[in-house]
Amino acid sequence: MKAFLILEDGTVFTGVSIGARKEIISEIVFNTSMTGYLEILTDPSYAGQAVCMTYPMIGNYGICYEDMEAQRPWVDGYIVKELSEKDSNFRSEGTISDFLTKYDIPGIAGIDTRQLTKILREKGTMNGMITTDEDHVISDIMPKLKAYTTGKVVEKVTCSERKTIGKGRRIALLDVGTKKDIALNLVKRGCEVTVYPALTKAEEIIEGGFEGIMISNGPGDPKECESIIKEIRKLYDTDIPIFAICLGHQLMALATGGDTHRMKYGHRGANHPVKDLATGRVYITSQNHGYVVDETKIPEGVAKASFVNVNDGTVEGLDYTDKRIFTVQFHPEACPGPVDTGFLFDRFLDMIDGKEGA
Amino acid sequence: MPRNKDIKKVLVIGSGPIVIGQAAEFDYAGTQGCRALKEEGVEVVLINSNPATIMTDGDIADRVYIEPLTVKILEELIIKEKPDSILPTLGGQAGLNLGMELEESGFLASHNVKLIGTTSQTIKKAEDRLEFKNTMEKAGQPVAPSLVVENIEDGVKFAREIGYPVVLRPAYTLGGSGGGIAHNEEEIREILSNGLRLSRVGQVLVERSIAGWKEIEYEVMRDSAGNVITVCNMENLDPVGVHTGDSIVVAPSQTLSDKEYQMLRTAALKIIDELQITGGCNVQFALHPSSFEYCVIEVNPRVSRSSARDIPSQRLRQRSHWDIRLMRSKMP
Repeated sequence: MKAFLILEDGTVFTGVSIGARKEIISEIVFNTSMTGYLEILTDPSYAGQAVCMTYPMIGNYGICYEDMEAQRPWVDGYIVKELSEKDSNFRSEGTISDFLTKYDIPGIAGIDTRQLTKILREKGTMNGMITTDEDHVISDIMPKLKAYTTGKVVEKVTCSERKTIGKGRRIALLDVGTKKDIALNLVKRGCEVTVYPALTKAEEIIEGGFEGIMISNGPGDPKECESIIKEIRKLYDTDIPIFAICLGHQLMALATGGDTHRMKYGHRGANHPVKDLATGRVYITSQNHGYVVDETKIPEGVAKASFVNVNDGTVEGLDYTDKRIFTVQFHPEACPGPVDTGFLFDRFLDMIDGKEGA
Repeated sequence: MPRNKDIKKVLVIGSGPIVIGQAAEFDYAGTQGCRALKEEGVEVVLINSNPATIMTDGDIADRVYIEPLTVKILEELIIKEKPDSILPTLGGQAGLNLGMELEESGFLASHNVKLIGTTSQTIKKAEDRLEFKNTMEKAGQPVAPSLVVENIEDGVKFAREIGYPVVLRPAYTLGGSGGGIAHNEEEIREILSNGLRLSRVGQVLVERSIAGWKEIEYEVMRDSAGNVITVCNMENLDPVGVHTGDSIVVAPSQTLSDKEYQMLRTAALKIIDELQITGGCNVQFALHPSSFEYCVIEVNPRVSRSSARDIPSQRLRQRSHWDIRLMRSKMP
């Protein structure tokens, strides 16, 4: 069956329908990872977005359910050049095509994803529609595309109630759209992680008497999270050590007088070089963000940049002055992507212990 | 960081004839390498026995010698041209062996010529089977059970212990010539007698057979500051047991999930770090087709056939030789 991808700038791509046969309007973004498509499909940070994979053939190693980053996929739609109908891996439990259908995710294959990516890079991230309606009328669709926003999407993806996993040192994790592997990285290092829904009051977490707090990744515009930012400010005002990733990093910046802005087309992929300003070392990182902390508006005396992106110089991490708090924009938990910065979880635990150099 | 100013004139060992061990891609690699050197203002003298290559075109090197790739000719050339450095890592296994022989005989030291692009210790660590095994153990990386033997009887005895089939790999030979898989005592005797004769140092590695496992390669780079990157990974269409020179390789891997991809990527980066290589290297793994078990097959502290294709790794490689930090190099 034919499918169409209609962009806000009027471009129409014609391809083949994959997954569910339903119509969606979403924000169109691209990811440059060559492996890890299941982790990307199930990363809650993609809620409200349809993802185009720039790697031209997706699905060769099938679906390994244990690699899912959440209970279900969160992307609105999926865009690929070629979808592999055969799976080849010892852990695979089915094809990606069946997976998309099972979870009611519509998609389009057979389009020139390189051209789509070029459009998004030149004009910036934009909204689009995936539809199988051959009689679609562009003039009717345009106003709907322009009106679409991801909205308060964090509330949609966060867990519904508190839960605890692992054994050992007690850490709280504020789930603003967390990937499974953030908690698992702590559990692996001997922690008992208590995961809190995004709208939990700060007092409840503080009264829990945790050794440290993590704030997770998550979807959407950080400025939509006004009430969460207020609670994070209260966490900042305590002396509990905090480590935040991605959206959590942005929310902490907003809670302490910093600012964020939308990037032209964001960073989504598994090969983003970041430089550790303290050592000069460069690490290859996994990233997924469309907003960024504004480097010119970091309040003096509150925080300073610890990591920068080597490609475009944007802020990739902050160290908070006179506080046991550090945050990063990239994903040390990887999944998908390089695990080169996994040591940051060790740094977090060392910081709790008051060890030198943390 | 500027390049090492002591390097003004480099003798590059070319790729020679196109056979396994000196594949056509080395011509591309060598050409890119020469260009990068000239861009850095270094005088390039090239020796290659094969005139039908791009690197021997007039504008690639400053001076080109079409001569047999032998120790004797290289010694004469060094005396005539007086280069301050010799770069053996662009000519495949043949170039590497020549560089090693010149270094070991003391000829380079007595003529004040530096071996660049790698050190003889690094080549030894990767190419000498026993040292290789020890180095992998230090890097925490698994290798198949193996023993280096210098005579047939030791080989037969060890094969009885670990069971057939066993793989036989002579040390320092072109593209693994003289090696093979032995399924019984008769075969091991035949292959060993050949391999011991062909090995430059009379050593053959006897190893548990991992034939049938997936053969996965990583091209990795490291600069003098310890920054490491992966240029690409590759998956051989044929499993371990079919020589890579007879097989097709695809970049990137096609049947590896992100978990397997990252596991082997991390392993490759640990290895280049342990070897302290400044520049590039090729790491080959065998990955069990139905588990996460893997072992390191070999490490080549030089370009391999796959690293040269349409990937600008040769330019990155040259720059890392020059001690220019990788992360400041622009991809051409």
